[in-house]
Amino acid sequence: MGAGHSHPLYRATSSPVHALPPHCKIAAVFCFVLAVVATPREALWAFALYALLLAGVAAAARVPAGFLLRRLLVEVPFVAFALLLPFVVPGPRVTVLGLHLGQEGLWGAWNILAKGTLGVAASVLLAATTELRALLLGLQRLRLPSLLVQIAAFMLRYGEVVTDEMRRMRIARESRGFTARGVRHWGVLAKSAGALFIRSYERGERVHLAMVSRGYTGTMPVIQEVTATGAQWARAAALPLAALAVTLTAWAAHP
Amino acid sequence: MHVPDGFIDAPVSLGTGAVAAASVAVCLRGARRELSDAQGTDRTAPLAGLVAAFVFAVQMLNFPVAAGTSGHLLGGALAAILVGPYTGVLCISVVLLMQGVLFADGGLTALGVNITDMAVVTTVVAYAVFRLLVKVLPRRRRAVPAAAFAAALVSVPAAACAFTLIYALGGTTDVPLGQVFTAMVGVHVLIGIGEAVITALTVSAVMAVRPDLVHGARGLARPLELRTADGQVTTATPATAPAPAATPRRSVRPLLAGGLAAAVVLAGFVSYYASTSPDGLEKVAHDKGIDRTTKEHAAKDSPLADYQVKDVSDSRLSGGLAGVIGVGATLAAGTGVFLVVRRRDRAADRATDRSPDPAGTA
Repeated sequence: MGAGHSHPLYRATSSPVHALPPHCKIAAVFCFVLAVVATPREALWAFALYALLLAGVAAAARVPAGFLLRRLLVEVPFVAFALLLPFVVPGPRVTVLGLHLGQEGLWGAWNILAKGTLGVAASVLLAATTELRALLLGLQRLRLPSLLVQIAAFMLRYGEVVTDEMRRMRIARESRGFTARGVRHWGVLAKSAGALFIRSYERGERVHLAMVSRGYTGTMPVIQEVTATGAQWARAAALPLAALAVTLTAWAAHP
Repeated sequence: MHVPDGFIDAPVSLGTGAVAAASVAVCLRGARRELSDAQGTDRTAPLAGLVAAFVFAVQMLNFPVAAGTSGHLLGGALAAILVGPYTGVLCISVVLLMQGVLFADGGLTALGVNITDMAVVTTVVAYAVFRLLVKVLPRRRRAVPAAAFAAALVSVPAAACAFTLIYALGGTTDVPLGQVFTAMVGVHVLIGIGEAVITALTVSAVMAVRPDLVHGARGLARPLELRTADGQVTTATPATAPAPAATPRRSVRPLLAGGLAAAVVLAGFVSYYASTSPDGLEKVAHDKGIDRTTKEHAAKDSPLADYQVKDVSDSRLSGGLAGVIGVGATLAAGTGVFLVVRRRDRAADRATDRSPDPAGTA
């Protein structure tokens, strides 16, 4: 845990976007994605505008384009699915570069690719500009049940510990000459998984006892109250409001 | 596979979001009960958090299959069996939420779809199958991994079916449903086999070391035995007071097991030889011309219409598969109703037991 309590997507710089309160950012991203999903797929220009909006946010947040594009690779499995669509969806066919493709399928593929990519890009921007702790505080501010936020906090705090425990088990296995090659080695790996569960659960019990002995009563004390001024809300709302305007125009143009 | 934004349309995304929120709310309550210790202290936050961290980590453990490919555990069935269904749903939901917000894995608007499909359906189906089998199978230690195997095996294709259903309601492209169903279920039956093997092995590994931690195996442990050097064997009395001598009751387990086996055999194999001509009422309606005004059944395009699984060309396989799926679904629904009714009966019994006798207090 020497690297500090941050996650791989976070980029520590100072920018107007970093400075916004986390709950404003979460709400803004959520509303933005909702507006994107509700856009009719025939409005090609609308998606270009959304991409421009996100590019503007990325520039304001000083997130380099290369970083953003590399993170978009999460989507790859669904890109494969989208590329299949033009071949399997029935309907009128068009010929593109010698391939007979279904019109309906092409629209479907475009729909998934455009909306999925914009959604991933928005989430990546949120994660890149918000610290882990701030994100949890923001979720709590947005009235997520506090127990749920606590569970998420414990998961994130100990996720690295448990993953590291798994890595040590792998090193222990390998230093004894074990390499998993096929199905017949699953037993050994499953035993590791079982041991990992027991260690995680027992660690949970110890953590609970340690917390109780320090006065834990079921809720975490709020040390730092996150608040947002009207100006901050207005700045955060710029993105979803612009997106909403685009969506409404798109609906007017493509009823 | 995490569903991204734009795959399912907005109304269905919001609807599944409501379903997911309600299930998580129910599970927050249930998990408190499952994770409290003997004194009843609330240990939900650290324990569920650590179990979620475990699920998150174990999804990164690679199981090599062959020729360089490898798979990993999805963990829904495993979590349900190890820590109970409520905590299981809760932990998988938290993992999905964090993957969506932090790692951009799965769309934010598709969070409801992802939680409903991968957390709720997988875990609930797995636990239902697991409980049923633990009741039916003989009360041995070995029954638990066997039941875990079946639970994981069924839960993965069940999630694929649930996804097809959500897709049918709100898919943004018109891929023929039969194809979606065949592709999803076909792939997920294979994934399910791997999941089942790993889940069963992992559960048996935990059972060997800490059987008390396996939620699904509670009440199956035999009392401890003390063996001395001269061969004396003393059986320890259980810590809790034994239940008041129950009236000798005939076990219903053989009956249940027999019934289940018969239903599966009938539906899967014998149904092929059943008459394909219309049944009595249909024939009469046809002869008399009553059916001219009837509409085709609203579900005639469903993947299981006419007791055939769509796009499975072999009619014998297709009919058998549809039969087995039908029996499974009916059984699950029936068991659910039975459990609800029985719980209500018991609650009513308890209420009458506790209420003071009106004649005595006069």
